[in-house]
Amino acid sequence: MLDRIVHAQHTIDDACRRLGRRITIMEVCGTHTVSIFRSGIRSILPERVKLLSGPGCPVCVTDQGYVDAVMQLADRDDCLIATYGDMIRVPGSEGSLETRASQGNVHVVLSSEDALQLARERPDKTVVFIAVGFETTAPATAVVVQEAAAERIENFCILSGHKLVLPAMRALLGGMNDRVDAFLCPGHVSVIIGSGAFAEIVANWRRPCVVAGFEPVQIVEALAEICQQLAAGKAELKSLYGAVVTEKGNVAAQRMIDESFEPADGYWRGLGKIEKSTLVLRGQYGQFDAFRRFGIEDGPGKENPGCRCGEVLCGLIEPVECSLFGTRCTPQTPIGPCMVSSEGTCAAWFKYGRRG
Amino acid sequence: MTAEPERILLAHGGGGQLTSRLIRERIVPKFHNEMLSELADSACLTLSSGAICFTTDSYVVKPLFFRGGDIGKLAVCGTVNDLAVSGARPLFLSLALIIEEGFEVSMLERILQSISDAARSNDVRIVTGDTKTVERGSADGIFINTAGIGVRLPNVELGLGTIQVGDKILLSGTIGDHGMTIISQREGMRFESQLESDCAGLAELTCSLFASVPGVRFMRDPTRGGLSATLNEIVEGSGLSIEIREREIPVRPEVQAAADMLGFDVLNAANEGKFVAVVSSDTAEQCLCICQGHALGKNARIIGEIVQTRDTPLVELRTKIGGRRIVQMPYGRELPRIC
Repeated sequence: MLDRIVHAQHTIDDACRRLGRRITIMEVCGTHTVSIFRSGIRSILPERVKLLSGPGCPVCVTDQGYVDAVMQLADRDDCLIATYGDMIRVPGSEGSLETRASQGNVHVVLSSEDALQLARERPDKTVVFIAVGFETTAPATAVVVQEAAAERIENFCILSGHKLVLPAMRALLGGMNDRVDAFLCPGHVSVIIGSGAFAEIVANWRRPCVVAGFEPVQIVEALAEICQQLAAGKAELKSLYGAVVTEKGNVAAQRMIDESFEPADGYWRGLGKIEKSTLVLRGQYGQFDAFRRFGIEDGPGKENPGCRCGEVLCGLIEPVECSLFGTRCTPQTPIGPCMVSSEGTCAAWFKYGRRG
Repeated sequence: MTAEPERILLAHGGGGQLTSRLIRERIVPKFHNEMLSELADSACLTLSSGAICFTTDSYVVKPLFFRGGDIGKLAVCGTVNDLAVSGARPLFLSLALIIEEGFEVSMLERILQSISDAARSNDVRIVTGDTKTVERGSADGIFINTAGIGVRLPNVELGLGTIQVGDKILLSGTIGDHGMTIISQREGMRFESQLESDCAGLAELTCSLFASVPGVRFMRDPTRGGLSATLNEIVEGSGLSIEIREREIPVRPEVQAAADMLGFDVLNAANEGKFVAVVSSDTAEQCLCICQGHALGKNARIIGEIVQTRDTPLVELRTKIGGRRIVQMPYGRELPRIC
């Protein structure tokens, strides 16, 4: 393994020398963020190579308005909230689910299926599944909505906060941060949407896109591939996650998403409103849409004052440049969502140290 | 028609006939010894040494039964280990049960049997105890408290103050087994069957280590907060830094897989049958040899050393790919992640 690392390091050094400038690479996947920190990848790269953590953590990109909608539902006596663990500590305008959990109406689930099961077991309450995540978790939500419809489970609905990766990448390149030289493309998302989906980024924006898995060696090799392309003046699409990711992706999962959801304009933390970037339930599943059922408006929320998560997500600043980082905002007392999720950039910086 | 399982009633803790029968018929026979059989208000103990170690811990684990152990075994081994890593030979335990109304007597029997087995295999005696019942909803099945007394072994001088630059960090085996077993079982993960808690009493191993080698400077069992917490406590207490090598830290593949799947750092996962020791560099190999010769230490490794502090004392990890990162004190409950 070490010889592969050393080889990749040589490639990166060589490319940096040839290019003679700073190289900025963005990863758009929370699991990459954690793996990069946990294995200390930054510490083995030349200073000229800068890694940015983009909008890849599902919790971090979730807008404050959505979080407030979750809190609104959590405060209702007739609802049970079923949520992934990550969302528990995300602060809304007034408190988080953690502060509501003591009342017993917040359940942490590991899958959408667990949420539907909760609805079957608790006919006395309406179970609201807090459906967040990218294309990786969306198929599982799509499936339970269809199951609930088939079984006529009326006390179940979802609050869809599902998001799509590509519109965010387009929005970034289209103005927010055009300093990004290349993308380390997400492994899990690519399994679903296929590596071919990133071809438009390569074609329209001339940015190298390399898909990688989560083994540190593969990430370093992907960075080497990117540096090599940049030094050669090329922009190509490549997948190093060959065994798992195909060009077309998981067509069955894509169909599942398409049957239950349709893309709509939506709000992202830090990136604002992005066209056709979120998934909303199709009309025939309207009864399972918690926004409609409870008459909640899905609008932009007011972010916590001083919180610079949005700029962190766009790669415009590093977490330490935020005055709240490590002082008022820590994993125990998160102010912004990037400090909450274990995948969040700020949490990773805090946990694994600046040397990571 | 099957009979309803026999259940604990509030009256079992009321101090009357039911209490007496529960104690005399179900509990005492499991731990038979002359001190307990008297059912006196306190146990009179005769100890050989002047210095004793005394500790207590409460056990509220959920689920009560897990692969590799249960709350009963944990309540014995946990307290035994607290004494063991303090340089003591554990001798006596107290046992206090707080049982929720409605708890099945057959489950209580299983737990008591497991306590009895663990006490026997760790060579400790349960010499005093207490039983209380609480209303349904006031406890989660059963809570257990044990306190333990052990005699301090001769010539053992442990303390964070004795640690020096160059000392080695000895880890007695694989990490994360208990923590990932409990979390996976709690979350109903399908791979749970491959995981097994490392719950075990370490006193036999630690006593033989202390008896044979004089160079052990400090020892702790990395339970909650895992290896990260223990190493950070050493750093905070000694003012010196630690460098560890990821390559040397033994982790079972199934534990690593579970941690990866749930987004947990295995360094933060709890252990219930492991110790971390700081040993002098000249005795490190000998210590390692003794550990590896014992069933509970066969995967022991020297995972790093004490180094000079540059600015602030910290734990630094050399990763498998040759990178470096800081290992911080975990900040509380970790939550499963989704992406």
